[in-house]
Amino acid sequence: MTDIATPQVAEPVDKMTIAKPRKASRRMRPSGGAVVMTLYLLFLMLPIYWLFNMSLKTNAEILGAFSLWPRDLTFANYARILNDPSWYMGYVNTLIYVVLNTTISLAVALPAAYAFSRYSFIGDKHLFFWLLTNRMAPPAVFALPFFQFYSSVGLFDTHIAVALAHCLFNVPLAVWILEGFMRGVPKEIDETAYIDGYSFPAFFIKIFTPLIASGIGVAAFFCFMFSWVELLLSRTLTSVDAKPIAATMTRTVGAAGVDWGVLAAAGMLTIVPGALVIYFVRNYIAKGFALGRV
Amino acid sequence: MNKTVNQKAWFLILPVLILVAFSAVIPLMTVVNYSVQDTFGNNQFFWAGLDWFKDMLESDRMWNALGRQLMFSGIILAIEVPLGIFVALNMPQKGFWSSFCLVVMSLPLLIPWNVVGTIWQIFGRVDIGLLGYTLDALGIDYNYTQDSFDAWATVIVMDVWHWTSLVALLAFAGLRSIPDAYYQAAKIDQASRWAVFRYIELPKMAGVLMIAILLRFMDSFMIYTEPFVLTGGGPGNATTFLSIDLVKMALGQFDLGPAAAFSLMYFLTILAISWVFYTVMTTLDKRDGK
Amino acid sequence: MAKITLEHLAHSYLPNPKAPDDFALKELNHDWSDGEAYALLGSSGCGKSTLLNIISGLLIPSQGRVLFDGHDVTTAPTAKRNIAQVFQFPVVYDTMTVRQNLAFPLKNRGMDVAEIKRRVQKVGAMIDMEAQLDHKARGLTADAKQKISLGRGMVREDVNALLFDEPLTVIDPHMKWELRTQLKKLHHDFGHTMIYVTHDQTEALTFADKVVVMYDGRVVQIGTPQELFERPGHTFVGYFIGSPGMNLFDAEINGTSARIGGAVVELGAHYAATGKTQVGVRPEFIRIASEGDGIPAKVQRIEDVGRHQVVRLDAAGTSVSAVIAEGQTIPADADRIRFVTEGINVYADDWRVTARKDAA
Repeated sequence: MTDIATPQVAEPVDKMTIAKPRKASRRMRPSGGAVVMTLYLLFLMLPIYWLFNMSLKTNAEILGAFSLWPRDLTFANYARILNDPSWYMGYVNTLIYVVLNTTISLAVALPAAYAFSRYSFIGDKHLFFWLLTNRMAPPAVFALPFFQFYSSVGLFDTHIAVALAHCLFNVPLAVWILEGFMRGVPKEIDETAYIDGYSFPAFFIKIFTPLIASGIGVAAFFCFMFSWVELLLSRTLTSVDAKPIAATMTRTVGAAGVDWGVLAAAGMLTIVPGALVIYFVRNYIAKGFALGRV
Repeated sequence: MNKTVNQKAWFLILPVLILVAFSAVIPLMTVVNYSVQDTFGNNQFFWAGLDWFKDMLESDRMWNALGRQLMFSGIILAIEVPLGIFVALNMPQKGFWSSFCLVVMSLPLLIPWNVVGTIWQIFGRVDIGLLGYTLDALGIDYNYTQDSFDAWATVIVMDVWHWTSLVALLAFAGLRSIPDAYYQAAKIDQASRWAVFRYIELPKMAGVLMIAILLRFMDSFMIYTEPFVLTGGGPGNATTFLSIDLVKMALGQFDLGPAAAFSLMYFLTILAISWVFYTVMTTLDKRDGK
Repeated sequence: MAKITLEHLAHSYLPNPKAPDDFALKELNHDWSDGEAYALLGSSGCGKSTLLNIISGLLIPSQGRVLFDGHDVTTAPTAKRNIAQVFQFPVVYDTMTVRQNLAFPLKNRGMDVAEIKRRVQKVGAMIDMEAQLDHKARGLTADAKQKISLGRGMVREDVNALLFDEPLTVIDPHMKWELRTQLKKLHHDFGHTMIYVTHDQTEALTFADKVVVMYDGRVVQIGTPQELFERPGHTFVGYFIGSPGMNLFDAEINGTSARIGGAVVELGAHYAATGKTQVGVRPEFIRIASEGDGIPAKVQRIEDVGRHQVVRLDAAGTSVSAVIAEGQTIPADADRIRFVTEGINVYADDWRVTARKDAA
């Protein structure tokens, strides 16, 4: 037995570099992973590629020859959308009510989520479930009453009407997500802050909010997402001034049939904001989709 | 988690209550109001009691739509949940390719729903769509606007395309939360790949999977825009799901009374099923001591 | 049970390590004798977990070989090595009962049902969980879960070695003591080779026959607890083991004496030391005096730690600790310290220098 430590300095360095480092064995995963992922991503991308492909073709080419890529490359479809206010205002309208909705949802959901995560009070559990039920309400059920209600208070065809209507499903979701993240923050932090002499609002803004910043990001992402993709309510509640881009797209159906090229270009343009948002939050997606519950 | 009893917490909830009252309760009261009244126009209403509910419960139309709806939700859950888990298990754990997969997978989730419908409407067309054209070229008689089965298949593939990533992302988040030590212990115990999945990965994913199932159930049960754009509920009534039928009734035919009764029953159905999910979920949460 | 041999072993997490600093584990040769209980002691990030994972096969070293009883297992997968490992956080299969948890490794190895039953029962008794065998593992406390992890290792009676990666981190202090005692008893009864990684010196010194101290990716000393205490082979060992740690004085070594500051200290033996030379003396071997020769030092404060008192002094900028018995007082005019000769160790560039008595 050689109970001898080896005090000499980590010996010949060159010898070590020659010895080819063996690959560390990682978690066990099936080796077919890459194949599965390639196939799945291909499945996801193909329809989008096809839309992209069409948006760069002329209508004659779309309806004429079948081709996997544009032979007669044109940007006319995009040009038409970006030069026509009735088209691009659709994007502006959508962005306005989406941002409005996200702001309102977060502003009211933050204190509520804090209350649910920290305190118990009469009816808290029922209230929480009742809030969630609003997320379960089919927009179709609310389409007509919303239309009548917002018309009667003179908010029809305004951005705020759509933003408020989308609160129906976004507020419960935001409360739910934020509550999950807030539960992860130890209560001792609150108590320490109060002992240090912080008032509730000061504590909430200066200490607590930064701690759940990622949760707020996730909630904002979801509010953005669901408000951005929803069409039924936003179409029902608008006619001209606040008409969303998604509704504008139905205009491509004209007397002469469907203007496929412009429709495809408009579709591609609706994907862009979502893609941008995803790109910015790419490092938080996995944690975010778990709603703070892992 | 032990919470402090504090009735003043109600003040923190107040903004939400006011907002939700404004955006949900008042409109819902209108619906209730319609559901028990009848009208001959001119804004004159009279009491109709529960007649509309009775009518709707006896109408084949609603039961058929409900049947289609349950079948649709059942099928897509049966496909998306296992497929989502399978995809999550195969995703790269870290590094560039992991981010890449995450970004590409999230993409369908942020496409407006009518555009999703449009994409598949184009993609499936026999004359100008890649899918339709390819199937046709292979000699398969495919036409989603004429054939009920093709319409169903297309709607389901579209939903799988649209939403499987959500399940996968949730499952992936669950997987990533498993400490390496579990995999190492499993190696030492000589656990098979299946045992690793069954005894380590699945139990750890249970919580997020419940969220995934709940979300997918609710959203698929309310689906409207995508199939509406793709098939318009056709051919015939083949893909007329509950929401499509409801909108047809309320905004198309302006049958306010029946539509309102329909709405309430629809809402209550979702509520009942979701309540079961929710109860199971919170029980799970508690058992894990979260 | 097996003798484990490490030959020229080194590991780097980088793909192309160049400088010695790139190595998380620097070159190492060592035999772990069969049936002995070792503790692998070091502060976090010193490479001890890396070394453990190489032995268990969770990590394949960038160079060198691992031999079990002479067989090369360097690239063999964990399952082939027949070792058991207990992790820092309890790893149990939540959805299984305690019984199923314990049976799991045996079941996977296709063992006979009756034999599994017998062993599970026996291990259940050993870890004192017979009453809970049919409970779900999910609801148990952290220490119960950790006992299950341990049991899953014990249930395979023929394991080559039992490895522990800081297994008591999440356990309550009073349970720590009990579990450690149980571990010692198990080792005594069954004679497994055990390697126990920890950063807690008390844990290491009470558990192990031999303690392996690691510092900065390198094994700096292997020895019995007593050897580590009396003759620390490296200044890190002196500092890390003992409470308070060893006092170190920058010194000029001249054969049998050392010059520390302005004072000259007799070393009692002849040392040949070059480079950065230091004299290390444990607090237990420092005497405080008010007359005679010695190194000038000012008493700063006295701490009563229960069994004895620790005196903190300042010797020309070097802080010094000394241990005196409970109830003993130091003279008010104490202004110098002396060393007990047998407690003197000499270090050159942090490594201990052996005395050459013959050449004195």
